[in-house]
Parts: sequence; structure tokens; C-alpha cells
Amino acid sequence: MNQVSGLTDIIQFMVMGVQRGAIYAMVAMGFNIIYNATGIINFAQGEFVVLGGLMMVTLTMALNLALPLAFILTVIVVTAVGILMERLTINPVKTPSVLRLIIITIAVSILLKGAAMIIWGKGSHYMNHFTDAPPIEFMGAYILPQTLWIVGILLCVVVGLVVFFNYTMIGKCIRACAINRDAARLAGINDRKMVMLSFALSAGIGAIAGIIVTPIIQMDYGRGALLGLKGFGAAVLGGLGNSMGAVVAGVLLGILEAMGAGYISSHYMDAMALLILLIVLFIKPSGIFGSSEAMRLKEF
Amino acid sequence: MQGRDIAGLMALIAAVIAAPLTIGNDYYLGVLIFAAFNCLTCIGLCLLMGYAGQISLGHGAFVAIGAYAAGIFTTSLGWSPWIAIFAGVFIVAAVSAVVGIPTLRLKGHYLAMATLGFASIVHILAVATVEVTGGPSGLLNIPRMSVFGYELDSDLKYFYFSWAVVVIGLYLAFNLINSRIGRSLRALHGSEDAAASLGVNITACKIQVFVLSAVYASISGSLYAYYVNYIDPGPFGVMHSVLLVTMVAVGGMHKIWGAFTGAMLLSLLPEVLSFSTNYLKVIGIAYQPDYDILVYGGILLLIMLFLPEGVFEGLSRAARAGRQLVRR
Repeated sequence: MNQVSGLTDIIQFMVMGVQRGAIYAMVAMGFNIIYNATGIINFAQGEFVVLGGLMMVTLTMALNLALPLAFILTVIVVTAVGILMERLTINPVKTPSVLRLIIITIAVSILLKGAAMIIWGKGSHYMNHFTDAPPIEFMGAYILPQTLWIVGILLCVVVGLVVFFNYTMIGKCIRACAINRDAARLAGINDRKMVMLSFALSAGIGAIAGIIVTPIIQMDYGRGALLGLKGFGAAVLGGLGNSMGAVVAGVLLGILEAMGAGYISSHYMDAMALLILLIVLFIKPSGIFGSSEAMRLKEF
Repeated sequence: MQGRDIAGLMALIAAVIAAPLTIGNDYYLGVLIFAAFNCLTCIGLCLLMGYAGQISLGHGAFVAIGAYAAGIFTTSLGWSPWIAIFAGVFIVAAVSAVVGIPTLRLKGHYLAMATLGFASIVHILAVATVEVTGGPSGLLNIPRMSVFGYELDSDLKYFYFSWAVVVIGLYLAFNLINSRIGRSLRALHGSEDAAASLGVNITACKIQVFVLSAVYASISGSLYAYYVNYIDPGPFGVMHSVLLVTMVAVGGMHKIWGAFTGAMLLSLLPEVLSFSTNYLKVIGIAYQPDYDILVYGGILLLIMLFLPEGVFEGLSRAARAGRQLVRR
């Protein structure tokens, strides 16, 4: 990597960064959807990504299902896990305190992690790229076709969410609950159902993130915590609850991480994103795109 | 200290003295020694979580710093273990103050994530700074400790030593919570605004208790290093921090005895599980140590859903109800 020119390096790091960042962006959007509807940060968000990836590996590599079919099946299964999680662990809590909810979602993440370990074992799982075309050369840098898939699917998810939240009745209902739960209930919206839907949606997006990233990073059961943390970093950087901010911040975080790994040391790569998370939390917890006004309205 | 806590402490001392007489086996003594380390960390964490109402998912990092300080200062610099423990305490106090001052302005989820991120960074550093920490292969040949010239060269001696430290830790914690600071902490948990209006300096209070709880963790880490004589980053991952919070939450975070109970229960749980493996086999379940993680997660979830005050509170409530039944 040292022989190539500086510009090529930068482009290559950008490509790698966008590819990683797209995943953080999707995890961050998952956080945001649940946070907006309920004020809960779901510590099991990273586990949805892991489940999506591992499920996809089994369906495509072991069962040889066609890619689109496996994709849809995986999203359905993980979405069902999200719904189950909400119904069994969030819905029954009558007196939710922040500390209790944090510990509950942590408990679910431990359970999902344990289940993944028992079902898929401790090794990492390999999966074929979506298309086995050779890398595309662009100004001396190489772009994997999988990177294009990742970016393309991220864009589809973003557009899908925008349409869902702005133009469908259910999407509008979830937003209404997010803005004012009591008012939404008065208007006849079943707020508990909306909470369940937000968990379903968030799990589904987590699964998609896992599916598209697995060909590149190789998935194992223990990755959830770090993916979740970095996704949370992106969510905070973009202003918690702000989905457009999450996308920009996720990609930004990915690029910073790739640059750091390239120019400083790859050993500290994972620490880089977390350090950025800490710095943002310390300096401006409302995030670079969030307003501190809106922040004060939130409960914590 | 209140009478009931004194009685509890006396009972604990008696149990500690008596335990080795009934347990001849070094292996089980070892399990109880590890339990002592967890108890020590959880006492500190309970002060922070239960009394000050602040969550920390980063205490595994302070345990790690204490352990690495003990390892590095005694093996590379040749310091005496006692000086190394105090050096670890100073480092952890400084680090926790530096981390705590900005972090404790955060609340709830932000605080949890920030401390989790910190724990993760410390773990990554422990793996990556190979020249200092030995990286993934760890530090070997950490010497044993001596107390007043007696080398702690058997499990029995180390058992008494580590439990003596736990008893001292409990004693100090009880004194603290019944002092003015302890009352401020409880006020803080109830309502920060109300506490502030009554003249409690909430920022200083939170940071002090954060540093103190980190120091408990550091000492526990150092003792761990001198017991196993070998450390690597493995046991200090993010999962360890989560496990510590689990112990405090399962036992009951609002009472020190609760956190103590939780630490004991979850430290001994793997032994109980592996012990019951044979019985489970009879009824057709092939239990493996790998399943421990599921059992931990399941217990934590069930406790949080049905007994959010923790096992200790649940037991004392049951005892109270029982007493009332008898009186009738």
C-alpha cells in the first residue's frame, strides 16, 4: 500500500470508509427508530446485525438458497425476533426506569449472543460476495462490487424509510407517537402496537445491515457489542433520533476510521470510532446535526 | 453502621473463618477466592449504581487497569506488590476522575454507552500495546504477594487474605453510606434537583463516588493478578463489565448486601451448573459450559422483569412476610 500515490490512497480509504460507514449508518438508524418511538436505546441492536449475517450464511452457503429468497427469509426471521423481544421483554414492564430498561436490553443481547454461539459456534463464517465480478478500478483504487451493493442497499433503505415515515399511515402514526405519545393515543393510535412495529422495523434494518456486510467482514457470534457501540457512535454524532444525520455521521465515522487505520495504525482502528463517540458525548451530546433545544426536551 | 449490618458483617467473618474447615478442596477455595474479587468490585459498583443512581458499563476497565498495574510494575519494574497495588489505585483514581468528570454530566443511556465505549477502548489498548501489556499473549510470572513477611503461597492463605480485604471493603462502604456523604448520595438518587437545592454538590458527589468505586475495582484487579500470577486481555473484555453490572442488578443494587449476594450467586453459578451437569444428563439434557452465557442472560432478564429490586430484596421481603405469618 505504501508504493501507490497519496491520492490513490485517499480514494481507497474513502471507499473502505464508505463501505464500513454504511453499516454504522444502518445500525444507527435502527437505534433511532426505537429511540424515537420509545426513548429506549436498544443495547441488542448489534445482535440483530449478527443474527442477520449468520442467518444469511446458513441460508446461502449451507442450504444453497437463491440470494433474494435468502435475503427476504433472513429479514423476516430477524424481524420476528425483534417483535418477540418487544412483546416478551419491553411490553410487560409496567414501571420502566431507564436503568431497568438498559439492563433488560442488555439481558436480551446476552441471550441473543448466547443463542448465536450455540447455533453457529464460535468460529467466524464466510459468505460469498453477492456478485463475483472482479474489483472495479477507479483512479488506481479498487472498489469491490460488494461495496456498491452495500451503498446501493443503504440508499434503498433510506429512501424506503423516508417514504414509510412521510407517506404511509403507519409511518405517520409511529412519528406521532414519537412526538407526543399521549396526544397520539387521544387521536386513536394504538401506541403499544407502534412500539412493537418500531422494534420490528429496527430489527429488520439491523438484519439487512448484517446481510450485506457479512461477505466482507466474515461474521461471528461476538461482533454485536462492537457493531452496536459504533452504530451508537454514529447515531450520537448525527444527533440521536435524526435519521438523515445518522447516515451522514455513519459514513463520516467509517471514513475517519479507515483513514485512521491507514495513516496511524490498524491495531487501534476499533478504538478510533469509540474515541470519537466519547469526544462527541463529552463536547456536544446533542450531536453535530442535533439541536440542543430538542435535546433538552428528551428525558435524559 | 447499623446494628443489622454489623450483625451481617460478623456472620460473614464467621463464615469466612469456618469455610476452609468444611471445604478441604483447593479448587473450591479458588472459586471462593474469585468470588471475593467479584464481591469487592460489586461493593464499589453498588455505591455508584444503587446509591448514586449512575450506571457504569466500564468497571471491567478499572479491574483491568488494576491488574495490569500490578503485573507491569512488579514484573518489569521490580516493585513490591503492595507499592504496585497503590500505584494502580492512584492510576485508576486519576483515570476515573478524568473519565468521570465529562462522563458523569451524561445521564441514562448516554452514560451507559460512554462507559461501555471506555471499557472497550481499554480492552483494545490492552491487546494492541504489545510492548507494555504483552498483547494477546499477556504477562507471565507475576510474583506472589506477601503480607507482613508471610508469603501467600497457598490457596488457603490467599483465601483468608482476599476475604479480609472484602470485609474491610464492606466495613468502609457501610461507614460511607451512613455518613453525610452517603445521605447526599441517596438524596441524589431520589432527585438530583432536590438534592442540589438542599446544598448537595451533585457534580462533586458523583465524581467522588465514581472514583471510589473505580478504586474498589482496581484493588480487586490487582488481587486477581497476584492470585493467578498471569494476566491477558481475555477476561477484561466488555462482557466482564456487563457481568459486573449483572451481578449488582441480580442481587439488588439498592443495598450493599444485595450487590454482595449477587456477586456471590453469579460467581458460584458456573460451579453449580457444572455440578448439576451430571443430574441434567439423567433427565436427558446435555448441559455444556457454553450454555452459561444463556443462563446468565436468562437470569438477568427474569430478575429484571419480575423482581426488579433484586434477589436480596426479594428474599428479605419473603422473610418479612414469613415472620408476619408466624406472628399471627
